[in-house]
Amino acid sequence: MTFSADLSLAIPELILAVGALVLLVGGAFSPRSTFAVSAAAVVALLGAAVATATLPVGTAFAGGLISDAAATFAKVAIYVASAVAIPLGQPWFERRGVKNFEFPVLILLAALGMGMMASSGDLISLYVGVELQSLALYVLAAMHRDNAKASEAGLKYFVLGALSSGLLLYGASLIYGFAGSTTYADIAVAVQGGAETGVLFGLVFLMCGLAFKVSAAPFHMWTPDVYEGAPTPVVAFFAAAPKLAAMVLFARVLAEGFAGAIEQWSQVLVALGLISVAVGAFAGLVQKNLKRLWAYSSIANVGYALLGLASGTEAGIQAMLMFMVLYMVDVTGFFACLSALSRGGRSMETMDDMAGLWRERPWLSLAMTVFALSALGLPPFSGFWAKYYVFKAALDAGLWGPAVIGLVGSVVAAFYYLRLIKVMWFDASPGQTDKPPAEAGAIAIGLAVFAFPVVLIALTWLDPLATRAAQAFGL
Amino acid sequence: MPLLSLITYAPLLGVAAIVALRLFAQKDDAKAAEAARWIAFVTTLATLALSVLLVARFDAGNPGFQFVEEVPWFAGLSYRMGVDGISVLFVLLTAFLMPICIAASWKSIDDRVCEYMIAFLVLEALVIGVFCALDLVLFYIFFEFGLVPMFLIIGIWGGKRRVYAAYKFFLYTLLGSVLMLAAILYMIATSGTSSIPELMTYQFPGQAQAWLWLAFFASFAVKMPMWPVHTWLPDAHVEAPTAGSVILAGILLKLGGYGFMRFSLPMFPLASEMFGPLVFGLSVVAVIYTSLVAFRQTDIKKLIAYSSVAHMGFVTMGIFSGNAAGEQGALYQMLSHGVISGALFLCVGVVYDRMHTREIAFYGGLVNRMPWYAAVFMLFTMGNVGLPGTSGFVGEILTMTGVYQASTWTAALAATGVILSAVYALSLYRRVVFGELVNPQLATIGDLEWRETMIFAPLVLATLWLGVQPNLVFEITGASVDQLVTTYQAAIGK
Repeated sequence: MTFSADLSLAIPELILAVGALVLLVGGAFSPRSTFAVSAAAVVALLGAAVATATLPVGTAFAGGLISDAAATFAKVAIYVASAVAIPLGQPWFERRGVKNFEFPVLILLAALGMGMMASSGDLISLYVGVELQSLALYVLAAMHRDNAKASEAGLKYFVLGALSSGLLLYGASLIYGFAGSTTYADIAVAVQGGAETGVLFGLVFLMCGLAFKVSAAPFHMWTPDVYEGAPTPVVAFFAAAPKLAAMVLFARVLAEGFAGAIEQWSQVLVALGLISVAVGAFAGLVQKNLKRLWAYSSIANVGYALLGLASGTEAGIQAMLMFMVLYMVDVTGFFACLSALSRGGRSMETMDDMAGLWRERPWLSLAMTVFALSALGLPPFSGFWAKYYVFKAALDAGLWGPAVIGLVGSVVAAFYYLRLIKVMWFDASPGQTDKPPAEAGAIAIGLAVFAFPVVLIALTWLDPLATRAAQAFGL
Repeated sequence: MPLLSLITYAPLLGVAAIVALRLFAQKDDAKAAEAARWIAFVTTLATLALSVLLVARFDAGNPGFQFVEEVPWFAGLSYRMGVDGISVLFVLLTAFLMPICIAASWKSIDDRVCEYMIAFLVLEALVIGVFCALDLVLFYIFFEFGLVPMFLIIGIWGGKRRVYAAYKFFLYTLLGSVLMLAAILYMIATSGTSSIPELMTYQFPGQAQAWLWLAFFASFAVKMPMWPVHTWLPDAHVEAPTAGSVILAGILLKLGGYGFMRFSLPMFPLASEMFGPLVFGLSVVAVIYTSLVAFRQTDIKKLIAYSSVAHMGFVTMGIFSGNAAGEQGALYQMLSHGVISGALFLCVGVVYDRMHTREIAFYGGLVNRMPWYAAVFMLFTMGNVGLPGTSGFVGEILTMTGVYQASTWTAALAATGVILSAVYALSLYRRVVFGELVNPQLATIGDLEWRETMIFAPLVLATLWLGVQPNLVFEITGASVDQLVTTYQAAIGK
């Protein structure tokens, strides 16, 4: 393949990389024009999404970059989610006196990294993608510089993220050492008909590193603290798209590189999934801060996605993709609600703050109710369909026990989602809330309308797309 | 014309109207509340009219599904609706009770009236949807989503311990339902279809049937509710507002029985036969034990709630007797109980609205001040006991006949329940209505008003009419029930 042909498969990445650098330079010359930078960043992201959708199937850079249906599916979702994060975040920061043009640029860089994760074809591009998105996210978490909690969150995120990157890199080097190659295709040949101990050892490290990134228990410790401390719109961003990117990466490494060791990694995923579901459900019960609560909820939800992946079938990967995309809507929507709400200029973050919200902000409480019910997995909201796919795939693959345990876990978790609804609708309000900003309110309501009823129609075209994406992995 | 979808979603038009009214027209709370009441009432009446049309156009000779609508959806699922002789009358029952509920809440609900009416209309749409759905997943959606409006109705407009009761209601039912969801997913995965009519002819292997049966049982037994998973019901009933209790007892409990007849019996016949004795055992315990518990209650609503559990015991044993008399009896008992228990909760509501207490000891001698009320209450008490001439009798006698054929001992033991029901129901009536009026607070209590009379009139008519003309029902249900019983008995090799 010629260099220009290679580059033609990397057009979305080029758009984002060039866009980020141009905006960085432009912003440095004109630091007050944050609106222009934000708008340009959104255009770049949407342009990258369109470019991704029209990309042919193929591999570039000696197998390092893959363009297939799965990459397209994930990247379009990632870029769109990132594009939503900018109008949600930038005004939020500016209202708090942080008028930085770096926010959209960092989102662009993170999106670039996530896109690379989704289409990485070897361990090197995997690591580069992971690091690029992680570094951008560390900075985003600490973006609210004057806020001690945000700085703490950024630091915690960085230290634990660096540890996980270390694990990832160590695993990758072991795999390279024993399998003799870093591309997934060559690794797949090496582990055909059973992996030797050294490769398995490396695989386990790799999976631990990735489990950190998707915040699966028992590698979830950073999640509640970071979610609580980081600025709410930033959480809305990094609770959604990076998880999808990491899950797709997870699926691609395992399916394309380690199809021969399916029994080994499937066990690990079942264990990770069930522990996550249990931790997310039980630890969530005692949370008072909604951002922490949703951190545990996200841990439980990643557990479900991992159960889908653990099925080790095409249906399982399709389930995981559907799950993550539908879950992104929920989690972004919920944090959009939170970032829209404040009382006397103070963010409303605890369960008690939400008391009687129904009387104050009926539409936002309705939206939050939708997201809570959806996260609970109640039909016909989007979260139900997410779980529907996962459990169907798990049952089909014979994972009886895990599926039933997962379902029961969702009943435990139902308790805290119900409590949020109870607080909003049954209790008395302690006082006036501020008028919600238009952009966050619009995003929250829009996503709620997607969670129900638009999802019922959207599924008819999401389902075939996810099926085609799952076929690309060739399990 | 897609009549079933029209009936199902007609209540949602009322919801849209109320939301539009609230958003664009009426900012004044009191006026909006009055308008919302009328919108809800008219919508439910229109739904009732459509359901009557449905029953009138229903072909009683056809045992299969009628008014079928089918639109492919995604991943093999379809939007499938249809009714047969088993479900069509439940649609009518739902549509019949709803306007009554709205009317009964006219004065007793004065807080967040718009939201209350929306919750009821959504609930109506969902419950009708459950009875019409012919796709497993569609059924599950309607079945499960119905928890939300009921959770809000209990939790927002309920009594003192409303939050506890709402949680208990929701979590109990949810736990049962997720097991059913697992079974549904397995069924779709193995049979490759989610269509209920197709699954009725699909034969699952015996081992799988047992597990699937248990999973569905977990859900329906809670919904029913059967002993020992009935404990959510008294709490939910006591805390729910009157109309909420009416819907709960009148319709939501029937979802369990309907589920047994729609899923357990035709889809898992071998397991149904195998677990038959278990159901009989639990039903007998329910009938005797909860009757005794009912007798000891000091709260009128709780007493009626326990009596509902006892009556549902008859329904479950009738269903699993597997013969025509048992099925017809169970079906009839469910319809009749829907009317009578709903009416009894309304009777409680009448005195509760006046005195704001449901303590039996508080009352006594009401007949002196409220003769009309005493007469109405008497009729429904007798219906609850199963007096010949009321609808309660037909269901009980048929169920017992059916159960007698299947298991004589069960029938014999359950027959004591008939006596026990007379004991608690009549003693309740005596303590509340008869005797001297000693409590001075009752001295000025007024008899039924015009609105209340109009609420009770259709219920009285239904109770008596069903009591003397049971054939009206059997003509509609006959063909479908016969088919159910024939295929069931063929499947278990009798």
